[in-house]
Amino acid sequence: MNLHEYQAKELLKKYNVPVQEGIACNTPGEAEEAYRQIHTQYSSKFAVVKAQIHAGGRGKGKIRGTEQRGVAVGKNAEAVKEIAQNILGGTLVTIQTGEAGKVVNKVLVAQDVYYEGPNPIKEFYLSILLDRAKGQNVIMYSTEGGMDIEEVAHNTPEKIFKEWVHPGGLLQGFQARKIAFNLGLSGEAFKNCVKFVTNLYNAYVGLDCAMLEINPLFKTSDEKIIAVDCKMNIDDNALTRHADVASLRDISEEDPTEVEAGKYNLNFVKLDGNVGCMVNGAGLAMATMDMIKLSGGEPANFLDVGGSANAQTVEAGFRIILKDPKVKAILINIFGGIVRCDRVAQGVIDAYKNMGNIEVPIIVRLQGTNAAEAKQLIDESGLKVQSAIMLSEAADLVNKAVTAA
Amino acid sequence: MSVLVNKDSKIIVQGFTGTEGTFHATQMIEYGSQVVGGVTPGKGGSSHLDRPVFNTVSEAVTATGANVSIIFVPPAFAADAIMEATDAGIQLIVCITEGIPVQDMVKAKNFMAGKNSRLIGPNCPGVITAGECKVGIMPGMIFIPGKVGIVSKSGTLTYEAADQLAKAGLGVTTAIGIGGDPIIGTTTKEAVELLMNDPQTEAIVMIGEIGGSMEAEAAQWIKANGTKPVVGFIAGQTAPPGRRMGHAGAIVGGADDTAAAKMKIMDECGIHVVQSPADIGRKMAEVLK
Repeated sequence: MNLHEYQAKELLKKYNVPVQEGIACNTPGEAEEAYRQIHTQYSSKFAVVKAQIHAGGRGKGKIRGTEQRGVAVGKNAEAVKEIAQNILGGTLVTIQTGEAGKVVNKVLVAQDVYYEGPNPIKEFYLSILLDRAKGQNVIMYSTEGGMDIEEVAHNTPEKIFKEWVHPGGLLQGFQARKIAFNLGLSGEAFKNCVKFVTNLYNAYVGLDCAMLEINPLFKTSDEKIIAVDCKMNIDDNALTRHADVASLRDISEEDPTEVEAGKYNLNFVKLDGNVGCMVNGAGLAMATMDMIKLSGGEPANFLDVGGSANAQTVEAGFRIILKDPKVKAILINIFGGIVRCDRVAQGVIDAYKNMGNIEVPIIVRLQGTNAAEAKQLIDESGLKVQSAIMLSEAADLVNKAVTAA
Repeated sequence: MSVLVNKDSKIIVQGFTGTEGTFHATQMIEYGSQVVGGVTPGKGGSSHLDRPVFNTVSEAVTATGANVSIIFVPPAFAADAIMEATDAGIQLIVCITEGIPVQDMVKAKNFMAGKNSRLIGPNCPGVITAGECKVGIMPGMIFIPGKVGIVSKSGTLTYEAADQLAKAGLGVTTAIGIGGDPIIGTTTKEAVELLMNDPQTEAIVMIGEIGGSMEAEAAQWIKANGTKPVVGFIAGQTAPPGRRMGHAGAIVGGADDTAAAKMKIMDECGIHVVQSPADIGRKMAEVLK
């Protein structure tokens, strides 16, 4: 589950990780008031207005139809209000959102941390994630902050450092010091960085993050180390033990069809093709998508119905797939193990009759337990449903359906 | 011969008295697997499916001599169950549970380091030696005894492969479902190695998915040490980058873990790669001709 910047920063503060302070606002009026508060509380001359969406590249992205960037500096209350007015309700298009963009419902009005002081400011990069091959968490960091880290990794791989944390314990002192030294820090900034990294790792583990990225990790002119931006992704499997974090889920950021599918325990991902599919098992679902492509179609979705394919889930699956007008055929591919194929077949027939107006061809491939009985049920149902037992037969039927459409 | 499990394997079920544990233990017993008892904390001393229930795995091991455990414990407690089985000296631990938090698996995997237990899974269909012993949730009747070993990240794709091998008249020795999570006990390479060393297995089907680097590592190992033909398939050629496709581990992170990149490496390492999942059985028949 992804969190917004403002939510992630609030969580980090609970772990004593210093962040760029700010106030989340829903209206331009709130933004104006937030500026006044920040101005007084942090004696911040300017304020930064940051669009809150689940995607990166906000600073370079623009609100559709305007020149307004997703992150902008306001020098006084009026300016902050105006920027918030421009951003709120608009659709922000960034390199990560694609053409569709994302509607902005909230802005974070944040303190200015680029103020002048005795020392130069610096921007670093730091993220924590799982190294699957080693089965350990790894801290990845670089002196090149504030920019696209994939570009840094590609052009100057020597500027990316990695520190693996032993799975039996937390981040050790020597490791935190090594990170601070490698970032070229000394004095107060060094001490602050050691504390920052140690507390950040505790937050990563304590919150069951799947990924935690701080970019930029910032050194102020008075040697403070703070998180200016934060991307936090929580391990979905761990949400049951973090009810407070689970309640932060912003459904408006997710695909509405995928949210609806979730209500039926269907695992659905929308794609851009013309052949819908409904499959049991994630691996077989991906393989079925591949087969659709090899048969001359393009998969319109990923849909794993799991181990409980019955009339209700099949009907929900039909409805979700058929919301997409581009779908020209639907392939149902069920390998019945514990699930009996004849029951699934009955589910398909019932769902088909309930819906009444399915106009695209349906191809049903049922294999495994009671496959023959299932094929007979489908063939004798009188519905415009084609059945197959072998996967290769199903592929041929998809090919015919795509060619005819 | 076979690998990991056979007719002499003595199996206990962790989460024995729950709905899943009860259903699948019954199926395993019907298949002929030697289920010698189960563990449900707090229900020790009772009996379930005509077999003894114990409070702890170590009690179960002492009383029954069990050497294999299958875990149906809910996700929040499954990593603990893995560590308990390891601590009790169980040789083979098969964890079926789906949805275990990743940080729990980091701990469990570390706990197992240097100990004598092997973990299969989690989030897997289990292990089956055709005609002898089923420690898992797969439909037993499609695994016809034969000469091909299967290693797979995916449950239903394993069934698909076994079915195609049966229809091609080849059959299966042992099928190992290694699981689709980011952290698993036995890797593709380790499972392939087991089957390479099994005299009865004449060839191997290796089925992977997008995400991670396990198939590439297995392919390199096969190139250097392989003695038997391998037919390979990677699911997810059409999966978009950055989206999680059902399995927690099935997400394209970089250029190296796409299906195309993996298939290319496998091909370069001498594996017979099929583009369509419908061709697994046919390809194997052709290779073994």
